[in-house]
Parts: sequence; C-alpha cells; structure tokens
Amino acid sequence: MNDVTLEVRNLSTHFETRAGTVRAVDDISFSVSRGRVLGLVGESGSGKSVTGFSIIGLVDPPGRIAGGQILFQGRDITQLPERELRSLRGNRIAMIFQDPMMTLNPVLRIDTQMIETVLAHAKVSHEEARTRARDALGMVGIPSPDERLKAYPHQFSGGMRQRVAIAIALLHRPDLIVADEPTTALDVTIQAQILAEVQKLARDNGTALIWITHDLSVVAGLADEIAVMYAGRIVESGTVADVLDRPLHPYTHGLIGSVPSRNRRGTKLRQIPGMTPSLLNLPGGCAFRTRCARADAACEQDPPTTEPVAGHALRCFHPQLEVVA
Amino acid sequence: MTTWLLRRLIQAVFVVLVMTVIVFIGLHVIGDPIDILISPEADQAERARAVAALGLDQPLWKQYGLFLWGGLHGDLGRSFVFNEPALQLIGGRMPATMELAVTAVLLSVVIGIPLGLYAGLNPDSLLGRTTMAGSILGFSLPTFWVGLMLIMVFAVQLGWLPSTGRGETAELFGVQWSFLTRDGLAHMALPALNLSLGNIALVLRLTRAGVRENIHMDYVRFARAKGLSPARVVLVHVMKNILIPVVTIIGLEFGSTIAFSVVTESVFAWPGMGKLIIDSINVLDRPVIVAYLMIIVFLFITINLLVDLLYTVLDPRVRLENRQ
Amino acid sequence: MSAALDIPAPPKEETPFQRFAREFADSKLAVLGLVIVLLVAVLAIAAPWIAPQNPYDLAQLDIMDGRLPPGSVSADGLTFWLGTDDQGRDMLSGIIYGLRISLSVGVGSAVIAGVIGSALGLIAAYAGGKIETAIMRLVDLQLSFPSILVALMILAFLGKGVANVMLALVIVEWARYARTARSAALVERRREYIEAAECLALPRWRVLFRHLLPNCMPPLIVIGTIQIARAITLEATLSFLGLGVPITEPSLGLLIANGYQYMLSGKYWISFYPGIALLVTIVAINLVGDHLRDVLNPRLQR
Ligand SMILES: Nc1ncnc2c1ncn2[C@@H]1O[C@H](COP(=O)(O)OP(=O)(O)OP(=O)(O)O)[C@@H](O)[C@H]1O
Ligand code: SF4
Ligand SMILES: [Mg+2]
Repeated sequence: MNDVTLEVRNLSTHFETRAGTVRAVDDISFSVSRGRVLGLVGESGSGKSVTGFSIIGLVDPPGRIAGGQILFQGRDITQLPERELRSLRGNRIAMIFQDPMMTLNPVLRIDTQMIETVLAHAKVSHEEARTRARDALGMVGIPSPDERLKAYPHQFSGGMRQRVAIAIALLHRPDLIVADEPTTALDVTIQAQILAEVQKLARDNGTALIWITHDLSVVAGLADEIAVMYAGRIVESGTVADVLDRPLHPYTHGLIGSVPSRNRRGTKLRQIPGMTPSLLNLPGGCAFRTRCARADAACEQDPPTTEPVAGHALRCFHPQLEVVA
Repeated sequence: MTTWLLRRLIQAVFVVLVMTVIVFIGLHVIGDPIDILISPEADQAERARAVAALGLDQPLWKQYGLFLWGGLHGDLGRSFVFNEPALQLIGGRMPATMELAVTAVLLSVVIGIPLGLYAGLNPDSLLGRTTMAGSILGFSLPTFWVGLMLIMVFAVQLGWLPSTGRGETAELFGVQWSFLTRDGLAHMALPALNLSLGNIALVLRLTRAGVRENIHMDYVRFARAKGLSPARVVLVHVMKNILIPVVTIIGLEFGSTIAFSVVTESVFAWPGMGKLIIDSINVLDRPVIVAYLMIIVFLFITINLLVDLLYTVLDPRVRLENRQ
Repeated sequence: MSAALDIPAPPKEETPFQRFAREFADSKLAVLGLVIVLLVAVLAIAAPWIAPQNPYDLAQLDIMDGRLPPGSVSADGLTFWLGTDDQGRDMLSGIIYGLRISLSVGVGSAVIAGVIGSALGLIAAYAGGKIETAIMRLVDLQLSFPSILVALMILAFLGKGVANVMLALVIVEWARYARTARSAALVERRREYIEAAECLALPRWRVLFRHLLPNCMPPLIVIGTIQIARAITLEATLSFLGLGVPITEPSLGLLIANGYQYMLSGKYWISFYPGIALLVTIVAINLVGDHLRDVLNPRLQR
C-alpha cells in the first residue's frame, strides 16, 4: 500500500462557541489509498461531517483545525494558502453532501452549476465544458443528459439530484472523494444503485473514497477499511473483516448488535443504552464509559491507541474479544 | 400561465373600478361637485350651464357612468388654474417625476445592495453594524426633514450642489429630461438621494437578511466545495437567490416612491406631478387632483401587475410551475 | 433608571409586570428612549407653564425681534435660547407648543384608529365568513396604497384643518391595527379559556371584548407605539406641505416649513431646532416600540 492518497495524522477540529470549546474531532488518524474505500462510521454528532469538511478545508468559524496534519499525496494541506486549497477543491478532492435537496442552487440551471465547476479548474472553452458536463451526467445514469442540462434542480427527484451532485464531483476525475452520507436521504433501491455505481466509478478511476455513514450495513458491502468514530475520536479501525467479524471495542460491538441481519433474525435488537455525550467541554477519559458495561476506574484516563493485531487499531483499556450474538 | 394572467388582469381592473367609485364618492358625496368641478369665479349662468354640461342634475349612478366614460376617453376635466385638460397637464409633468423616481430606485440598488452584502458577510464589523443602525434612521426619519438637511449641508454650507429646480434639460423622444445634461444631473442628485433614502434602508436590510440566511445553506458550501472563487459564490450563487425578493420588493415600492416624490418635489421645488398636486390642492384646482389620483391609482395597479409578472419570470420555481 | 438596571437575580414571585419591566430594562437604548418620550410628554402637557413665552399671543411678540440667532436677548430681557422666527416668536416656546400639537394629533389619531381598527379586527376574527373576508379585503386594499397618497386624497376632498388631518391619519392607520388584532385573535381563539367561555354560553360580545381583547393587547401595544411615531411623522409631513394644521396653531412640521425659506440664507435655526425636536421624538418612540416588540412578542423576535 504505497499508493496512499490521503493520510490524516492526529487531526483535531474544534469549535470555539460562547458556551465553551466543542472538540468535534479530537486527535484522529487514518489513511486511504488509491482505489480503496474507507467507511467512516458513527452515530449522529460523532464528528463525521466535521472530519469531511476538515479534509476539503471548509471548516467555518467559529470552527478551526486545532492541530494535526492532513497529508494529501504527501502534502500537508492544512498549511496550504486558501488559493492553492481552492485549486484542489472540486478538482483533486471532491465532496458529496448528505441532503441532495439542499446541495444544488435552486435558482441556477444544472448546466450553469456544472460548467462553472469545469471552468474553475480547466482552461477549456465553454463548449468543451458543456460536453464534459453532459458526459458526466451520462456517466451517472441520467437519461437524455443534453436536455436535462437545461433544467433546474427542482425539476429532478431527490435521487436524480444526488446523481447530479455525484456527476459534479466526478467532473475532474478527482483523486479523493469524500461522500458524506450521500444516500441517507434516499429510498433503499436508489441507495443501492447509487452505491454500486459510485463504487464502480471509484475503482475504475483509481479514486480513493471516504464513505461517511451511520449505517454499518452500508459500509459492510462497500468499504475495504472501516473507522468507527465516537464522540470525535476514532475508537476502532481496520479492514472490514477485522472490524465487523472480529470487533474489539465495546462500542463497535454495540453498533453491530443494533444492526438487523438475516442470520440473527428473531433475536432482539440491542440498542446501546444511554445517549451520545455532548462534545461541549467533554471531560477527559474514554467518552464511552458512561454507556460501557466494561468501564472501570482505568477508563477515567484517555485510552491510548493500540494495535493488538497488525492493521487493527483501537482505543480501549478492556477490549471485548468474544462476539455477542 | 394565461389563466393566471387573465385572473390577475381582471383583479386589476376590479381594483381600478373600486378606486373610481371611492374617488367618485369623495367628489360627489363628501365634497360638493359643483365647487370641485366648476371654477369658483364662474357666474350664475355659467354655473347652470356647467351643471347641465357635466350632468350634475342627473341621478348619481348616471353621473358615475359619465365620470367613468370621461375617464376612459382621457377626459378628467380642465384645470381652473392652467385652463388646460388636467390629464395633459399632469402628463407634461410626468417625465420629471419618473426620472426622479427611477434614479432614486437605481440609487437604492447601487447603494443598498453592496452595503447589505457587506453587512451580511461581516455582521459584527463596525461598518456592518453602523449601516444597520443607519438603516433604522433611514426608515424612521421624515423625508422632508432629511431633504432640508441635505440642502443645508450640500447646497448652503458646502455649496457643492444646487438645491432647487431641474436645471438644464435636453430632449429625447420629444420630452425634456434632466439626466441628459451635467447640470441636470447635478440638480437631480440631492432630490434623488432624498427620495431613495427609505428604499436604500429597505434594500440594505433585505440584502443583509438574505445573505445571512443563504450563506449557511448547503448549496453555498457545495459551491465552495467545487472550488469556486469566493467572488463567484457570493455574486452569483448567493446574489441570484437574494435578488428575487429584492427586485420584487423594489418593484412594489416603485409606486410608493412615485407617491412620496410629492414630498421630495416640494422640498426641492422639482417641477414634477407631485409638486403639481400639492400646488393644486393648495389652490383647490380639483380637476387636477382627481386626474392625479386616477393616474396614480392606475400606475400603481399596473406596477403591481408587472412586478408579479417579473417575479414569475425571475424565479424558476414559480415560472415553471405556472407554465405547466 | 440605573436602579432598574441594578436589580439582582429576579425573585421568584415577581409579577408579570415586574418581569416585563426587568426585560424592558435590558436594553439601555430603549430605556433612554422611554425617558425621552416621558420628558417630551411632560413638556407637551405642561407647555403653558414651561414655555418662556406664549407663542400664540401676538401681544407678546415684537416684530423687531424677528429672526434673531440663538442666544440673543430681547429688548425686555428675555433670552431666546434657540433664536426667533420671522414674527419675533421665541423658537423654544414655539417648539414646546408645537410638540403639544404634534403629540396630541399623533397620539389622538393613533388611539382612535386603534380602537376602530382593533374592534374591526376582532370582529373579523370572531365572525369569520363573509364579514371577515370583507373586512380583510378592505385592509389589504388600504395597505396596498402608501399612507401619503391616502392622506392626500382625503385632505384634497375635505380640505385642511386639524380635524381633517386626524381623520386622514385614522383612515391611514386603522388597517394595521385590524390586521394585527385579527391575527392575534385567531391565535388566542384556539386557546382553552376562549373555548371554556364559549361553553359557558357567555354572550358573544362579552367573550370578544372581555376575554379575547385583553389577550390580544401585547401586539396591539407594540403596533400602537410604532403607529404613533408614524402618525407624528405623517402629520409633520402634511403640515410641512401646507395641508395640515392651520398656521395659527403650528405643529412641528409647520414650524419647519415656516423656517424653510430662511434656511437658504443661512438662518438655519428656524427650521433646524423644530426638526431636531421632531427627530428626537420619533426616534425615541421607535426605540421604545422596537424593544417592546422584542419583549412582548418573542415569536416576532428578529
Ligand atoms: N458550527 C458549529 N458550531 C459548534 N459546534 C458544531 C458546529 N458544527 C458542528 N458542531 C459540533 O460538532 C459535532 C459533530 O458534528 P458533525 O456534523 O460532524 O456530526 P456527524 O457525525 O456528521 O452527525 P450526523 O450523522 O448527524 O451528520 C456535533 O456535536 C456538533 O455539535
Ligand atoms: S476504555 Fe473503558 S469505558 Fe472506554 S470502551 Fe474501553 S472499557 Fe469501555
Ligand atoms: Mg453529518
């Protein structure tokens, strides 16, 4: 795995609010390679989107990247001036957002919104830009793309809008795509189609893909690696097989237990008891200890990152080896 | 779309009719039409003739019919003072008012939108907060008082700009305009600024509110994630969304601007129809008053209709819905 | 004023009025506005006892004192702090009396319009159906025309004079009250106490005015405050245009108009000081009204 596209080292992103500091992302590290898919999983509010926005450099005040490095093709992009960062955005690094109903500008035609993206990064004629836009629409499976270019977003369904957003992300064949729960707002069949298409496109182009979701079953079929986030930290990461079949962290166990699955039909779904803690002025120590059955006095301290098996990392004092099913 | 247009047209005609009834009642029931329509200098015989000619001895509904009929034919009586058809008199003054009102609206856009953008993008900056506080003054200060202060400062104290009249005019399409000459423009500067003050405040606030609302929308973040320049994000993506309500409101305010030019024209002795109507009220030149009211009502309703149309053209969501 | 600001943590059993007073005192600007409004009101009410001169008593005026700059002293030792007008009238006295007229016309018309408008609004909300449609159509029509135009139209038909100005102001203003009262009443109507009153079969008018009206008061008070400022402005504008109050009892607007011709020759004070008085009054009322809106109606908070 020399082809590392993105390596995040000890990234922290904080929001300085009037009530105090929100450590939305707290000292996380992971990496993705060419043509690979990383699933970033966690409950709502665990800091997944903030991680994504940190990578494309769109953390707005009161938020700021408080520490760490984001190495994109070896260059630390947290140190780049805004101008250079902008030349990467939408070009080498693209992002797809959660809610397709909100991501396209309602009063601009699709062609405007696509062509401007082409022209922002490529010195080509307007005609050429339009051709590329049309081809991208065709690629994501939008019928009669020439006609659809002239339409406005509200004339598309949610699924079609998300395809347009994906087409925009693909315009410059980026090296890295951050997809922030792009299928959550869509119904299941469309979700499956889009998943399959994006996966294929990424593989074909050698694009590294970070797929953010709160739904383990989505990444199970899609990702090569998984990182599980909890309260701003990555608590467990490894290959899909490592994390899903041999989970070590109590939180990952809880997540897996709460996913309905065929072979456990009839057994009761286990909800993780308790609530996600507020990230505002979060005290030190393992953030999961208020909900963890294995918690003890040791857990008042920050658990260090360990790698009991090569490539399978976790942050927990008392890993849970047996599978609860 | 056509049925919608038709419905709006019928509505407009209905409102015009209602207004003619109100003006007619004002004329014939509240006031005495003999005083209103016949010069006070006329003698007894002239009076009797005029009463018959105007049909004032007819029943009310018939009189209303006559009034409406006259109005349809552009006959709204003769001015006592100028001895000229009232409509023609007002028509002659209209260009002065129109160029003033249009300039005022342009000023409010040119000044209000950039200030509003700035205040919206930098809400906590000193300039941002100052413009907001200033806009409150722009709403609450009486127009005539601001006009006086403009004269006092820029005409009397500093002597930079003339304070009264239209200045030199030039002809275009057979009409005299001030905006075509340097001197005319100098004369127009203060009154136009005065008339635009309320609109500047309005546009500023609308723009600022629009920026604050839109800047946090996902589509703005997505536009930035595409690598667009901040200028394009603000001036194309955000502005296009803000312009729709702003243009609509400015359009609707255009009628008010014309109405309020009454005040500005009086302060700056601008010879438009506003000044004419005040003078006419002061000398009780009632046919002119009636004609002015009918013209203003007509203008108003036409403007509202046009703005409605414009709105549907501007907003693709409304436009396409109507077409289907 | 500072005492009100220094109140420590609110005691638990504070009355609604105390809570309102504490919240109102949160904005120093609004408190300042209120102080100015009260001051202006006192000036206006006590004008005959406060003003150095009775500006309407021609016997007290000396044409020789005409157009004196501020600070001049007359032959009989009276200091004209704000100068004199062309008749030799003390501007300070003229302004104090002018305030009296401006305020009484403004407040008077706002109150009358408030009563009529609120009543119509309540009736519309309560009666519903055709009555509601008719009243609200009228409101829409009224509000779609600018105030100045409506006022001009009325004065053109009726002629000048204080009574006609007040009538014009009332006609201009009632619609806003009606709209506010109706929307407030529509919200209140769904509340339990109204349903309870209706179940008890209380007479309709009693439900309307004894139960519904008091609960619609907060938004009406807010509108009323701002409408007073608007009425004063409009009256001043009409008087400035020569269509308002008669020359014998000049309001602030007329005072400003009288001084206008002298302004170009540098005798600014005849127009300037009445203008300042007008300005301060209007801005102060608006400050109070703006903050009242925030305190009384959290739903409308901007
Ligand atoms: N602008 C902001 N100001 C303050 N706190 C913020 C801001 N944006 C995000 N946060 C905080 O950061 C934390 C992580 O938010 P994030 O949007 O990354 O969650 P998420 O994992 O994407 O959740 P979801 O599944 O709901 O999208 C949240 O607790 C939120 O309160
Ligand atoms: S560190 Fe302690 S509290 Fe945290 S997950 Fe592990 S066992 Fe539970
Ligand atoms: Mg998210």
